[in-house]
Amino acid sequence: MIGDTPAPAPAYAVEGHGLVKTFGSFRAVDGIDIAVPAGAIYGVLGPNGAGKTTLLRTLLGIVDPDEGHRSLLGDPVPLRQARAIGYLPEERGLYPSMKAFEAIAFMGALRGLPLRVGRERARTMLEGHGMGASAEKPIRQLSKGMAQTVQLFGTIVHEPRLIVLDEPFSGLDAINQEKLEALIREQARKGVTVLFSTHVIAHAERLCERIAIVAGGRIRFEGSVSEARDRLRPQVRLRTRSSDGAWRRALPEDTVAQEGAWHFALPEGGIEPLLRALLDGQAGIESLSIERPGLHDAFVAIAGAAAARQMEEQQAGEQGA
Amino acid sequence: MREMLRAAYVIARRDFTAVVLSRTFILFLLGPLLPILIGMALGGLGERIATTDLRPVVGVAMNAADAARMERAHARLTERVGAQSLPRLQRVPLSPAPEMLLARPGSGVAAIVSGSPQHPVLTGKPGDIDKLEGDISLIASAALAEKALHMVRVERKEVAKSLGAQAQGQLAIGRIAQIVIFFLTILLAGMILSNLVEEKTNKIIEILAAAVPIDAIFLGKLMAMLAMSFVGILFWGCTAFAVFAALKAPGVSLPVPAVGWPVFLLLGTLYFAMAYTLLGSLFLGIGAQASTVREVQTLNMPVTIGQMLIFFFATYAVDHMGSPPEVAAAVFPFSSPFAMLARAAQDARLWPHLLAIVWQAAWVALIIRVGVLLFRRHVLKSGGGWWKQLFRSATG
Repeated sequence: MIGDTPAPAPAYAVEGHGLVKTFGSFRAVDGIDIAVPAGAIYGVLGPNGAGKTTLLRTLLGIVDPDEGHRSLLGDPVPLRQARAIGYLPEERGLYPSMKAFEAIAFMGALRGLPLRVGRERARTMLEGHGMGASAEKPIRQLSKGMAQTVQLFGTIVHEPRLIVLDEPFSGLDAINQEKLEALIREQARKGVTVLFSTHVIAHAERLCERIAIVAGGRIRFEGSVSEARDRLRPQVRLRTRSSDGAWRRALPEDTVAQEGAWHFALPEGGIEPLLRALLDGQAGIESLSIERPGLHDAFVAIAGAAAARQMEEQQAGEQGA
Repeated sequence: MREMLRAAYVIARRDFTAVVLSRTFILFLLGPLLPILIGMALGGLGERIATTDLRPVVGVAMNAADAARMERAHARLTERVGAQSLPRLQRVPLSPAPEMLLARPGSGVAAIVSGSPQHPVLTGKPGDIDKLEGDISLIASAALAEKALHMVRVERKEVAKSLGAQAQGQLAIGRIAQIVIFFLTILLAGMILSNLVEEKTNKIIEILAAAVPIDAIFLGKLMAMLAMSFVGILFWGCTAFAVFAALKAPGVSLPVPAVGWPVFLLLGTLYFAMAYTLLGSLFLGIGAQASTVREVQTLNMPVTIGQMLIFFFATYAVDHMGSPPEVAAAVFPFSSPFAMLARAAQDARLWPHLLAIVWQAAWVALIIRVGVLLFRRHVLKSGGGWWKQLFRSATG
């Protein structure tokens, strides 16, 4: 029976090995291996068309992979764990004539939550979110943001052990994005595994313990945010009074002059030899900072500048809309 | 299986309440009563037209004594065979000649009989003569016999049971029941075609597909529409019963179907449910491929033609109990409910119905499974080998 007997929690809430999904001649998912630790907040990062949605749909069992195998909460048949999973698809959908609290309860009922319990929880959730007055309103009368919140509540009303969110921040204003981030953290504190896809690097950087960077249907990087950032050497930003001298020879080859400062990756030998050369050469150090690269820099390095540009444009487009 | 039924129930409950609690459902309930009212009005009109005297009029151009003999004979015959069976007679002048009289505008007669009862001459167009010749011969013969013609009275001997009449009554019940469930099916099952379009348009299908087996979505939708149909049928049935009870002439009794009325009504309900779910599952499978209401509308006509063909097949079979076409109609899943209901009216054996219902239910399951397979392949772009998909478990 589906989800009735609580199974011992597996180390990985989501696992996929050698997953391939093709549409005609297009390989949307091209041999992906993924393992989401139980209880983690895990982000799948990539531009549009990278294969994020297809990967999530394949993992959830909405589509079957052409090759490879998957398991959700230790079960190779995702539908058998339906009661323990919550899913928010990228294309939001609700019955327009349904009342808000009924919509939440219905989504819970689909995943085995008794309707009466679902209704009670739905009212509590809506009231807790300042939407108590909208509980009895049909979805068609709610704003887009409110409808999205209703759908999000419908995703978690049955208290799943695994939440899969496909582009959950898409279409939300800044306040609601912040609320959603808080909600994701709250779920994680309860021990729920959260797997979400996004094209906004900042969300992944703030929320995720582990990420997968997807481009062209393949995972280009898988690991913690810190590991991704460690892929790049720290960036040095140096400002000098003198613009030329013998000390220039001590600067690494990849040094770029930009906005009156020298930019380069921290040399493998460390900063001390360079500092010595700068002091001996009387470069006149005005400022020197060593910064750890952000996830954005890591993403550019891993997925390529084109993919990063695409994501930025997509994000800018959404903000503009 | 239990989980699939539970999920189907959740879907069915949502669909059922969404439909039944909508304002348009009132129109749905009242809609079919409108044609009935129009039908009753037209029926009354038809009755009035039928009672209007449209019998052809034959002019009688004979001397007064012969004309009177003809009229008396006509009256005596009318008394026995009914007024509608014979043409009306109307005296016309002896001159001008019949052919000239008929050529005059406003003569008002279709033909003219002249001469005498011994030698009647019928003047008219060939077609009219063909139609009236026998009647005029009969009237003239009766006029000749006049007093010698005795009308023999038939002795009435009434019996409570006549197997021949019963068989005819049961045949009629079978036909009527077929027509009733066919029209109910055609009226109600067509709506299923567009049933999944809402989910696809509103993008809800993704949520449903991730949470429950597609089989449960299909089954739930069928259950909801069937339940909604039963609400409609109950309403229309009660209305029809009330009208029937109000209009029923005293002493009118319905023939009893071979299996008896209670079992027949039960089987009627079951066969309607089977006909509905068989066609409904097919429509759901076809409609699920459509992505817009327009596409669904395009599919409507060929689907209706298909239904009509099945109905004609089953109707033909009802008159030929036990014949190969009747057996074929009972076996072919889509005509089986209609053929079997007609059989229930004429044959008292019950076991074939049990067999038929199991057979039809198996086909419903198969059609749903094929519909699901097509849906997964063409809409969700999923699936693998046909056979593997067809026989895999609903949750797998």
